[in-house]
Amino acid sequence: MSRPRSQAEYLARLVPPSVAGLHRRALLAGAAGAGALLGTGLLAGCGTDSGADAKTVSLGSNQSDPKPKDVIAKVMDGFKTSSGVEVAINTVDHNTFQENINNYLQGKPDDVFMWFAGYRMRFFAAKGLTGDVSDVWGKLSGYSDAFKKASTGDDGKQYFVPSSYYPWAVFYRKSVWQQHGYQVPQTLDELTTLAGQMKKDGLVPIAFADKDGWPAMGTFDILNLRINGYQFHVDLMAGKEAWTSDKVKTVFDTWAGLLPIHQPDALGRTWQEAAQSVQQKKSGMYLLGLFVAQQFGDDEQDDLDFFTFPEIDSTVGAKALDAPIDGYMMARKPKSPANARKLLEWVGSKDAADITVKNDPSTLVANTGADTSGYTALQRKAAELVGSATEIAQFLDRDTRPDFASTVIIPAFQQFIKDPKDIGGLLTSIENQKKSIFTS
Amino acid sequence: MRLLSRTDRVVLTLMVLVPLLLVVGLVWLPALATVLLSGTDWDGIGPLGEIDWVGWKNYDDVLNIYPPFVPAIQHNLLWLAALFVVATPFGMLLAVLLDKELRGGRFYQTALYLPVVLSLALIGFIWQLIYSRDQGLLNAVLGSNVDWYGDSNVNIWAVLVAAGWRHVGYIMLLYLAGLKGVDPSLREAAAVDGSSETSTFFRVVFPVMRPINIIVLVVTVIESLRAFDLVWVINKGRNGLELLSALVTSNVVGEASRIGFGSALATIMLVVSLVFITVYLATVMREGQR
Amino acid sequence: MTATSTRELATAAPAGHRRAPRPARVVLHLFLGTVAIGWLFPILWAVLTSLRSYRYTAANGYVSLGGWTLDNYVTAWRTAEFGKHFLNSVYITVPAVLLTLFLASCVAFVIARFSWKVNLALLGLFTAANLLPQQALLIPLFRMFTEIPLPAWMSDSELLYDSYWGLILVNVAFQCGFCVFVLSNYMKALPHELYEAAMVDGASIWRQYWQVTMPLCRPALAALATLEVTWIYNEFFWATVLMRTGDKFPVTSSLNNLRGEFFTDNNLVSAGSVLVAIPTLVIFFLLQKQFVRGLTLGASKG
Repeated sequence: MSRPRSQAEYLARLVPPSVAGLHRRALLAGAAGAGALLGTGLLAGCGTDSGADAKTVSLGSNQSDPKPKDVIAKVMDGFKTSSGVEVAINTVDHNTFQENINNYLQGKPDDVFMWFAGYRMRFFAAKGLTGDVSDVWGKLSGYSDAFKKASTGDDGKQYFVPSSYYPWAVFYRKSVWQQHGYQVPQTLDELTTLAGQMKKDGLVPIAFADKDGWPAMGTFDILNLRINGYQFHVDLMAGKEAWTSDKVKTVFDTWAGLLPIHQPDALGRTWQEAAQSVQQKKSGMYLLGLFVAQQFGDDEQDDLDFFTFPEIDSTVGAKALDAPIDGYMMARKPKSPANARKLLEWVGSKDAADITVKNDPSTLVANTGADTSGYTALQRKAAELVGSATEIAQFLDRDTRPDFASTVIIPAFQQFIKDPKDIGGLLTSIENQKKSIFTS
Repeated sequence: MRLLSRTDRVVLTLMVLVPLLLVVGLVWLPALATVLLSGTDWDGIGPLGEIDWVGWKNYDDVLNIYPPFVPAIQHNLLWLAALFVVATPFGMLLAVLLDKELRGGRFYQTALYLPVVLSLALIGFIWQLIYSRDQGLLNAVLGSNVDWYGDSNVNIWAVLVAAGWRHVGYIMLLYLAGLKGVDPSLREAAAVDGSSETSTFFRVVFPVMRPINIIVLVVTVIESLRAFDLVWVINKGRNGLELLSALVTSNVVGEASRIGFGSALATIMLVVSLVFITVYLATVMREGQR
Repeated sequence: MTATSTRELATAAPAGHRRAPRPARVVLHLFLGTVAIGWLFPILWAVLTSLRSYRYTAANGYVSLGGWTLDNYVTAWRTAEFGKHFLNSVYITVPAVLLTLFLASCVAFVIARFSWKVNLALLGLFTAANLLPQQALLIPLFRMFTEIPLPAWMSDSELLYDSYWGLILVNVAFQCGFCVFVLSNYMKALPHELYEAAMVDGASIWRQYWQVTMPLCRPALAALATLEVTWIYNEFFWATVLMRTGDKFPVTSSLNNLRGEFFTDNNLVSAGSVLVAIPTLVIFFLLQKQFVRGLTLGASKG
């Protein structure tokens, strides 16, 4: 695959094939959406007699950590300044938010709420649980086609406004690597050789944690992308390929071979603890999202560096990766549709992105028009990495059915980490459950 | 009941009916609905009219292709066994020891049942500080490297220690109350007969305590069946900590929303609970009739 | 009814004979002392951890001394907005406890006052409800709550879902069983002649309940109230699933706000845990007698 020239082009490859063919229809839908806006605008006019409501809009936020919470507050302050509409932010702990999302959307959700691009976003859209925001997209600028497609539902309309994204890569401390003279590995063999050297130097080669069940998905994703390529990965996630196939078995065999260079007892460790072992220079490297930077002090940010997971099969290459997109969606029946749309337009704007860049060093903004001169070296490099990727996956639990991811994959991966010997039995069990879930 | 006036009848009806409606509406009807849902493949989204009936398929899946099910049953039984064999007798022993007039007895009692007032979620947090592999106290003190919450060979035991920690206090309290109710003259009579303290307890006191013994037993069974908060706070009941309640929750509450499947698990749990609840009520009420 | 004797539980042991300290007694004290300290230890450890700075413990490990600070409490209070959430807990707990006691005492009164055949079934129905696994009832309950509208002045969600009302009702429904059970047993132990006398005076059923039975049940009610406050305050599951607005969460559930997705600070979480535990601990120490009696009433009924 040739290397694309512009970031827009790189990002164009991030679209799942199921939506890739849709953009002509999307344009039409956009036009229809604009018409719908006029209609809803009128309705909104009727509906907002209560007066007080006209100047507020509610936002469901899953950003409960102090730093991101603060950033959201600043972005929303910016909205108030620019539009005069007050945002009532409803912050719920991240895990609770995600767990309750079905109930939340079927109850009385906030006018606008935070969510991710991917299978789940399209699923909610298809079920009519979230609002069509195609008309908002008509007013947004600075987004590549790729982001627009990632925001598009199965029906060709947009349901999502991206705000930020972050790549998954192998992170390490420059100072540690300099001290031992390590080189970034280009192939799997180089990686295992490097790991052997690290062991000799008294380091745990690869930090690893899977207490919460999701971090190991990152390892599976990258191995599957490297061994079988993006298309197979997407098809596997969509339930179209069999987990009992030799291709999947190869992934697990490779993974089993790598487990000895991973931190042992991963199932009792949170990713924070694993990240701290890197921070404390006990582990050599760690495959995780860019958010790993949050576990490092301000003075240590410059010491943090990363490389993309090395090539395993030269015919597949090493240009695909996980880079999940976070953003905003609209409730199906917001209390004040006009304000909700205004807010979505704001969070998708360059100005909002600028505020985020200034305040949050652990994420990348989706709007290409944003002033990224405030990026740290790490952020700049991360943006380049995503830019140079040929295909981008959203992460296992965003790329497949959530019931499959949480009730089948998590226990299965944990079982594998605990006992990597019986791969055949494990894959048969996954496949049996997959069939039952995907056919229901 | 001819003595009741019409107003009395209305009042009586209301006194029973209002609470009854609340309990039936918010507990029993949902329980029934869960049983019905277990025969469907509903994903929790959309109107009830769209539900498809799938018969016993969910139960079939639970039994045949759902790997966590068997471990969950085993862990529930292990939980029961551990509480029953260790925590409950220990609580009873402490109650017997504290039943003597002891200086500082009040302090001991307070210390022992302090954990009972804490929420189970809080207990999960508190023990995490001790068990954490890299930051916990236990490994630091022992110089060991055991992954107490993560290693599926040990984590159930680690959690049982925390669960037992709370359970002992509870049982001690129940039993102590029972012991205080034993007629002192029984013991004195036994003492006059030259019976040792131990044999007095087993030959005289223990049989008299029959109702309490049964209640303690049933409390233990119910607690082990309903165990949930602790493992949920620790790792959502996965990887060695599977429990029926946690499986139900992760299928139903989470993003997953396998309502039909989760309801089948819940129904299994309901049936088992009801068996023990019936035993409990039968015992308690028979005692109550005396 | 052995409740009479249990009432003395926390205060005095039955009159016994004082003996001079014997070796056996020393061993006993040693044993009980060790156990008691072992039992207190996890709580003390949490308190200790909460008083230390994260940076210090991250660098020196937890088995060290130093890094003392109260900052965790300040940060926890502010980050998790405990002030607001404590108030929410009050809004939920107080009405729920009062309502539970009132409704439960009504049913208990009927069960105890009359010897109808249905009484046993009624008692079973209530008590068993208290013991059912909550998870098993979630989905139907949730759907029900999202379908029942409330006027806007009652809840800004305009639904039973995400309202204090809904949470109060669920707690009442679940806790009623235990209280009915305890109170009906307590009331059965009251001499039946009381009612006969009251009937001779022409007292209505309501007056018999309110003026004869209830005043006599004060000790049981006080004990149950203490227990129920603790339980409903500690309730975690329903608040998490039946509330949507983070600002309306009671304090026990809001503790999760300290366990962020991307950052977990054990010391901060400890401080939060201690803050959440304080009300129950205060109640426990102030009303220890009531608490103990509440628990034992349920079990040691005669």
